[in-house]
Amino acid sequence: MNALVSPNTLKGALRPILSARSVSRFYGERIGCADVSFDLWPGEVLGIVGESGSGKSTLLRCLSGIDRPDAGEVLFEATPGADFLEIFDLPEQDRRHLMRTAWGIVHQNPRDGLRMDVSAGGNVGERLMDRGDRHYGRIREAATEWLTRVEIEAGRIDDRPRQFSGGMQQRLQIARVLVSNPRLVFMDEPTGGLDVSVQARLLDLLRVLVRDLGLAAIIVTHDLAVARLLTDRLMVMKDGRVVETGLTDQVLDDPQHAYTQLLTSAVLAV
Amino acid sequence: MSFAAQGDTPYNYAYLDEQTKRMIRRALLKAVAIPGYQVPFGSREMPLARGWGTGGIQITAAVIGPSDTLKVIDQGADDTTNAVSIRRFFERTASVKTTEATHEATIIQTRHRIPEAPMQAGQILVYQVPMPEPLRKLEPRELETRKMHGFAEYGLMQVRLYENIARFGEVTTTYDYPVRVNGRHIMAPSPIPKFDNPKMDMSPCLQLFGAGREKRIYAIPPHTRVVSLDFEDHPFRIQSWKQPCGLCGAQDSYLDEVVIDDAGGRMFVCSDSHYCETRRAEGHAGPMLGHQAAGTLAAASTPAKEPRP
Amino acid sequence: MSDQPEMIRVEAVSKTFTLHNQGSVRLPVFRDVNFAVRAGEVLVLAGASGAGKSSLLRILYGNYLPTNGRIEIRHDGEMVDIASALPRTILEVRRRTLGFVSQFLRVIPRVSALDIVRDPLLARGVDPSEATERAGAMLARLNLPERLWSLAPATFSGGEQQRVNIARSFVDPSPVMLIDEPTASLDARNRDVVVELIAEARSRGSAIVGIFHDESVRDRVATRWLDITHFRAAADAA
Repeated sequence: MNALVSPNTLKGALRPILSARSVSRFYGERIGCADVSFDLWPGEVLGIVGESGSGKSTLLRCLSGIDRPDAGEVLFEATPGADFLEIFDLPEQDRRHLMRTAWGIVHQNPRDGLRMDVSAGGNVGERLMDRGDRHYGRIREAATEWLTRVEIEAGRIDDRPRQFSGGMQQRLQIARVLVSNPRLVFMDEPTGGLDVSVQARLLDLLRVLVRDLGLAAIIVTHDLAVARLLTDRLMVMKDGRVVETGLTDQVLDDPQHAYTQLLTSAVLAV
Repeated sequence: MSFAAQGDTPYNYAYLDEQTKRMIRRALLKAVAIPGYQVPFGSREMPLARGWGTGGIQITAAVIGPSDTLKVIDQGADDTTNAVSIRRFFERTASVKTTEATHEATIIQTRHRIPEAPMQAGQILVYQVPMPEPLRKLEPRELETRKMHGFAEYGLMQVRLYENIARFGEVTTTYDYPVRVNGRHIMAPSPIPKFDNPKMDMSPCLQLFGAGREKRIYAIPPHTRVVSLDFEDHPFRIQSWKQPCGLCGAQDSYLDEVVIDDAGGRMFVCSDSHYCETRRAEGHAGPMLGHQAAGTLAAASTPAKEPRP
Repeated sequence: MSDQPEMIRVEAVSKTFTLHNQGSVRLPVFRDVNFAVRAGEVLVLAGASGAGKSSLLRILYGNYLPTNGRIEIRHDGEMVDIASALPRTILEVRRRTLGFVSQFLRVIPRVSALDIVRDPLLARGVDPSEATERAGAMLARLNLPERLWSLAPATFSGGEQQRVNIARSFVDPSPVMLIDEPTASLDARNRDVVVELIAEARSRGSAIVGIFHDESVRDRVATRWLDITHFRAAADAA
């Protein structure tokens, strides 16, 4: 179904920002993920869906530079027009630098993405200080602006994440990641563990931010409603392999693969 | 080389065996070559508890020779128990001259101060260091802090200063204030007051740091840039006092606050006892010099201090 | 009409649903559908309920995948095959060329009615203040009380939601519009407005394919008819 229309005929970017080629990772005999290939284009939001154990989190860890795949490569365009980098060929120093500047990772558990003993302002400002910002007033200004953008009162800038609700912690994590203007954001079940009403607010916030900033994003979720609201396109995974890909509404409304049909029929009115 | 100072001890010269000294010297050479980088070394058991200056003593033992003159200070004072003991240790094991005069010394071992008199080319300043890792409080994982140094990822260090300013309006760290050495490594200067930080910058002397318990050695070679971390709009500032030293009238030295009576009376005196004495000998007098309590202090040279680990 | 360019070209399109989890039962919908729609035409799909009109409309939009055939949509002067295009291509075609007007508004939490209507204008680069003005004018024309404009439509009645949806679709009519039962829960006055809006879009050169249950609306907007019943029969026979 992905017969090519030359991307050159379309407006906008001429090539992908991230390209996964036959990415595989094994845990001993067991398949984590196998032979996953796709291109992600600037501004595109890709959803990876599947049940727990389907390999979607393993894949995300490989794509985001956390775990090295056993086979395949992950190519990344760090700045527009720059040469593609194979992220696991990079020296660790450069890969870590990329992870702090050009990428962001929003973890399912805010504790994995926040410094719980550092104030909200310090959490947001860290990436700026990482890249060498040394003006307290301007760092604080940027932190205040981002807290406001993620709907955290500016007056709470000196509070620690422990004093925040789960939804606020998640929004703080997003501010911490977006403050350095990444080109690509990875999100692992960003709404997992939140109440439904809190989820709705977070989803709306993410939707607006992704659109306004023109971010490319890869979102792992088992929640098809989240996928429908946030993503342009889906990869459905089962047993470590991609079983179906396509436009999000097409995959959800007219699933072709048996497993996707099962997955979508298990959820009413997504 | 077998050596028995004063004929009463069968120990090797300067206590440590020659292989150990070589090992420490190799670590020192590496430390000098990479200013501010923490070099692991095989710290030995010493005849005093770890945390009481074993790192500094091992470095001094590795670099000292019979022609050296040694000065030992503890928080600026030459006459505290710890300073006196270490001085005697080297008198007996290395048969060196000792001194309280900063300018006479070739090696100065120090705990928590840099002398007020300017250091000179050819001198070696040996610091005793309890905790060599400036990132430890922020990042407990050793592997991670090593990577952070290796890749010069120092944003987190700046976050610590940011947190200080956010909470207290200023950086409240007053001692062991982090510095960046030679534009590269961030280093803990040991618990010297931040007042002393500028003295490390472009100093003509060789500065060696030893952490015995943590098994790390690091160094600042002479004439090396040492910058205290700060923000453009919250620049680094040293402590200052409203009054001069009560005994010698100095306005440029680091002062200790001393309680002088049961009514809450207090005075400020130089922490560097030799500096204060020298000034008084030169005829300088502070506003409290005639005071009864001050008389006792002046006689004792310095406020009595208990060495702390 | 024949001097107008073809905006939609459907060639040999078939659709069969295969339900893998119900014994792989195959449900043929239609076979070998062929037609073209030129700019300025309104093609009304006819056929009994269940004949596959909605499925065909969804296939044209890329929401359903055809089992065979090509669906070409003129986009930036070139024909793009929706059946085989990359997702990002389809999204780009939808953003600037291909609009879908359903009978249901997809409510997004916390987004106001006015912002919903403004959104397509902003996405096409219209100045925000002009977009606000045009969105307000469209809501007024569809008789949505102004006090509702700043509210999120989640609590609106079905008819109110539908009018927001229509306003969003017609505030800047797409060159190709797919319309599915737009007047289902509207009163006569608003139905008339929708008929006007369709006529205006057509006169501006939009190519429109629609499904209308309301006979009077259907008769007033149609320029051509396509009864898909016999495509269905072909599918059943196959």
